[in-house]
Amino acid sequence: MLEVQNLCLSLNGKPIINDLSLHVNRGEIHGVLGKNGTGKTTLAYLVMGVNNYKPSAGKVIFEGQEISGFSVSERAKKGISLAWQEPARIEGLSVRDYLMLSGNARGIKQVEDYLSVVGLEPASYLDRDIDNTLSGGERKRIELASIMAMQPKLAILDEPDSGIDIVSLPFILNCIVEMNKRGSSVLLITHSENVVETAHRVSVLCAGRILRTGEPGEMSLWFKENCQPCAHVNEPEKEGDKR
Amino acid sequence: MINYSIEKEYQGMVEAYQKAGGDRDALLGKGTARLVIHENRVLGKDAVEGIKIETMETKSGVNVYLLIEEGAKIPHPVHLCFGILPQEGLQEIILKVDARDSSEVNVIAHCIFPNAVKVIHKMEADIEIGNNARFDYKETHYHGESGGIEVIPKAKVRVGRGGLWQSTFALSQGLVGKLDYDFEVFCQEKGVAELVVKAFGKGHDDIRIWEKIHLDGAGARGLAKSRLVLSDKARAEVRGETYGNAPDARGHVDCIELVNGTEAVARAIPIVSVTDGRAKVTHEAAIGSIDKKQVETLMARGLDESEAVDVIVKGILR
Repeated sequence: MLEVQNLCLSLNGKPIINDLSLHVNRGEIHGVLGKNGTGKTTLAYLVMGVNNYKPSAGKVIFEGQEISGFSVSERAKKGISLAWQEPARIEGLSVRDYLMLSGNARGIKQVEDYLSVVGLEPASYLDRDIDNTLSGGERKRIELASIMAMQPKLAILDEPDSGIDIVSLPFILNCIVEMNKRGSSVLLITHSENVVETAHRVSVLCAGRILRTGEPGEMSLWFKENCQPCAHVNEPEKEGDKR
Repeated sequence: MINYSIEKEYQGMVEAYQKAGGDRDALLGKGTARLVIHENRVLGKDAVEGIKIETMETKSGVNVYLLIEEGAKIPHPVHLCFGILPQEGLQEIILKVDARDSSEVNVIAHCIFPNAVKVIHKMEADIEIGNNARFDYKETHYHGESGGIEVIPKAKVRVGRGGLWQSTFALSQGLVGKLDYDFEVFCQEKGVAELVVKAFGKGHDDIRIWEKIHLDGAGARGLAKSRLVLSDKARAEVRGETYGNAPDARGHVDCIELVNGTEAVARAIPIVSVTDGRAKVTHEAAIGSIDKKQVETLMARGLDESEAVDVIVKGILR
C-alpha cells in the first residue's frame, strides 16, 4: 500500500532522513520504533506532506502512484491521514464538527462511537472546542477519534501514547487495533515497546534509516538490546559506517 | 389607526434582519421585550413585567432608558434592533441602562445597515449594574458590502458588588467600514466584567478597539478578550487595558488577531496595571498569519487550504 523508496531529507545541512526505505502492506499495522531524534516524526511528515518538507531524493508511493509532489489535501483525499504527536488547538471548532469534518462519519451516532472507543464520554465532549480548555491527553484522544471518523486507507499515528496517562493507555491501544479492524492500515510511529506490540510488523529506525524489519517481539528485543543502551547521536554517516 | 409608513419601515427592518441571517420571530413574536428603531424613529416598543423602556426621539437619533427592576429575572432575551436602511443617514442612540440589584437580563442588540454608503451609527451608553445583578449584552452588526459606514459604540459600565456584566460585540458580516469601539467598565467588590469583541476586517476596513476594565473592589474579576481576522487592506488596533486596584482582583487581557494576506495591518497594545500588591493582572496577545499547523491539520482531514482557512476564521469569530 505504501512504499517509501530511498528517501532523503536534510535540514540546515544535517541529514535527518537518510536513504530510508519502508513498505507497509494493505491491512497491516506497521510499527516504526526509534528513540528520540531518529527521524520518526520527520518520516510521518514526509508521508503526509506537511511542514514544507521536500525530500532531496527518493519517492513516496501510495497504491502504486507516486505522491511526493501531492499537497496535504490531495494525499488526504487519496486516503492518507495523520494524527499529530502534538495536535493543533483550534478555537471555536467543536469536537462534533472536528469529527464530522471529513464527511466520512455517518451521523452523530458513529461520532459518539468513535469517542467511546478512545474512552471519552460523548455527552461531555461533543460540544467542547478543540482548544486550550482540553488537556493534552484529551486532545490526543480526540485526534485519534477524528482519524477513526475519517476512515482513511492509511492512518499515520505519530506517538499516539505520548501525554496519555497509564489508565487511558489501554483505550489508545484498543483504538489502534479497532481502527485497523475497521479497514485502515496503520503506520504506527512510537518509541514505546508496549505500544509497538499492537503492530503486525515493526521496523527499527535509527539516524534516519530503517535498520531492520520483523516481528514485533523480535524487534522490541533487538531495540532493547541494541538501541536503548546506545548513546548514539543522530549522525547517519557514522551509524552507516557501523553496519 | 395604523400608521402604514411606520409599519412599512418595521417590515423593512425585519426583512433586512432576516436577510442578514437573523431570527425574524425575535422581532415579531409576542411575549418578549423589544425595541426597534429606524434612523431616529421608534417603530416598535414592547416591555414585559420587570422591564421599563422609555424613549425620546431626537433630531439625529433616540434617547433610550431601559430599567430592569430590582430582583426581576427576565426569562426571555430582550431584543433591541437599531438600523438605517437607506444608503445615507445618521443615527445617534443615547442609552441609559439601570439594572437594579439582583436583577437578571439577557439583551440582544441587532444593528442593521445593509445598504450603507454614507452612514454614521453612534451609541453612547451609560450603564449601571446593581449589586448582585447579572446583565448579558450581545450586539451583532449586519453590514452591507460597500463599507460606507462608521460605527462608534461607546459605553461606560459600573458593576456593583457581586454584579456581572458580560458583553459581546460581533461584526463579521459585510464590510466593517470604520469601527471605533470604546467600552470602559468599573467593577466594585466581587464584581465581574467580561468584554468580548469579534470582528472580520476586509477591504479597506479600519478597526479600533478599546477595552478598559477597572477592578476597583476586592475580589473583582475582569476579562478583556478580542478576536479579529483581517484580510485585504484592513487595519486594526486593539487596546486592552486592565487595572487591578484592589486586593485579590484578577484580570486578563486576551487578544488574537489573524492576518490573512500581506497587506492587512494588525496592532495590539495591552496595558496591565496593578496598584494593589495583592491584585494580579495578566495578558496574552497573538498576532500574525493563520497557524500553518492548524491549516495542515484540517487539510489532513481532506479540506482544501481555502476551506481550512475558512473553518479557522469562522471558529475564531464564532
